Amino acid sequence: MTTFIALLRDYTFQTVALGSALLGLISGVMGSFAVLRKQSLLGDGVSHSALPGVVMAFILLGNKNTEILLLGALVSGLLATFFIISIVRNSRVKFDSALALVMSVFFGLGLVLLTYVQKIPNSNQAGLNRFIFGQAATLLKRDIMLMAICGSVLLALILLFWKEFKLFTFDSDFAQSLGFSTKKLNLMLSFMIVVAIIIGLQTVGVILMSAMLISPAVAARQWTNKLWVMVLLSSIFGAASGVVGTAASSMVSKLPTGPAIVVCISTIVMVSVLFAPGRGILHRLYRRKRNKLLFKMEGGAPNVPSA
Amino acid sequence: MNNNATSYAVEVEDLTVAYDMKPVLWDIDLKIPKGKLMAVVGPNGAGKTTLIKAMLGLLTPVSGAVHFTNESEDLRAFKNRIGYVPQSGSVDWDFPATVQDVVLMGCYGKLGWVKRPRKADMALAQQMLKKVGMLEYATRQISQLSGGQQQRVFLARALVQEADVYFMDEPFKGVDAQTEKAIVLLLKELKENGKTVVVVHHDLQTVADYFDWVTLINLCVVASGPVNEVFHEENLKKTYRSTGGLLRSVV
Repeated sequence: MTTFIALLRDYTFQTVALGSALLGLISGVMGSFAVLRKQSLLGDGVSHSALPGVVMAFILLGNKNTEILLLGALVSGLLATFFIISIVRNSRVKFDSALALVMSVFFGLGLVLLTYVQKIPNSNQAGLNRFIFGQAATLLKRDIMLMAICGSVLLALILLFWKEFKLFTFDSDFAQSLGFSTKKLNLMLSFMIVVAIIIGLQTVGVILMSAMLISPAVAARQWTNKLWVMVLLSSIFGAASGVVGTAASSMVSKLPTGPAIVVCISTIVMVSVLFAPGRGILHRLYRRKRNKLLFKMEGGAPNVPSA
Repeated sequence: MNNNATSYAVEVEDLTVAYDMKPVLWDIDLKIPKGKLMAVVGPNGAGKTTLIKAMLGLLTPVSGAVHFTNESEDLRAFKNRIGYVPQSGSVDWDFPATVQDVVLMGCYGKLGWVKRPRKADMALAQQMLKKVGMLEYATRQISQLSGGQQQRVFLARALVQEADVYFMDEPFKGVDAQTEKAIVLLLKELKENGKTVVVVHHDLQTVADYFDWVTLINLCVVASGPVNEVFHEENLKKTYRSTGGLLRSVV
């Protein structure tokens, strides 16, 4: 217990926990929309495709600042999204194939570039490896500031255009028939999802980032039938697993933070899928059993006149 | 009412729409008079849904134009006078929303960007839900609705739009006989209030009962006019071509 209290007072822990919580909160909110738009996989594609951008930014600008590297990630993530969309639009290749294709090419390119950087003398890898699996311990105060600023802008936009995003996510044709520009809405929402992915890269890495985007939303969907409750729950799940994952990795030696956070959110997903009332698997089994029993007890004579 | 050019609610001029290379609609010229209840009839793949989507501006045509009366106003004001009932299969009904939420979406166009629905909008939504007989389902999750109920929710949403011209894509699909009758009564009420209603319809036997105007299409417009003038076997044969023989018993 004393170690736990000591941990809470630790400055590094505070910084990392705050960062992870912010990341969970933002990806929880944006992930809800990604999941409802059936773009969960796109998140995976964008995060993997961010890797060459990170390395290229370092090679071209020779700068290790997180903002610069993340800017590179943003550019290559958007470029990958653009490729995927144009392949689907201009050929007979389906979305999932286009996604897998672009994602693996970008990720492969990222690894090649990373090996190249390793060979540059004095570069000491520049700590770029942290973007593969994430390294929350490298979070600095200024990184947190960056996340907080991006997060506030995203949340403000969601609150402002709540009605439009809801309508567009549910029925985009109807939104357009009402005179809303679906092009603008689509662009805005996709861009916001990409930003949410990019700011989480340093903490959980390109491979696990899609879990941070999708899991909180999937778990939250199990518990509610209202969009705003889903988004709220999703952000709470994300933030909570960020803090718990960080605490776990601080108390257990050699437990990496990013994967710990992902394990934590995955546990929440499993519990939600099994136990949530209404949509949960166990509740459904119970309902079926009860109906069977009721039917038996009532005598099983269906009140239907025979022809 | 003057009987000049202004008595048309919608005028379609030389409209051609193509997906990929193949034209789906070819050189459509169509005038829909105000205050009519019009059926759009044609075989599968004739371009009925495409025609409606093109008139709503959801598709960019290869050529041609669609004119509404008094469309000189700004885009928003003129879109607000057009109601749309899409096919109920076009959305994911597992979306986390209640019946009331979906019906309220009908007033989003009037509200414009950012503004939220108010009490008056809620009341309007309730009123329209009552009209389609779904008031007791207002707080129900939309994933729990049957096909016919989904259709009625979309209808209520369009009624909330309080438009002048309505476009409905197969509102009778998957609907039982009783609901169909209720919907037809609603359509006739809309017509009596001076609204123009365009309905994609499949059941040839009920066209004469439900509608007073009909457009037969198969890639191009085969015929368009009052039901008792253009809805006869010869035109139907032209519309359905190969399947024409099967339909003789119908008309």
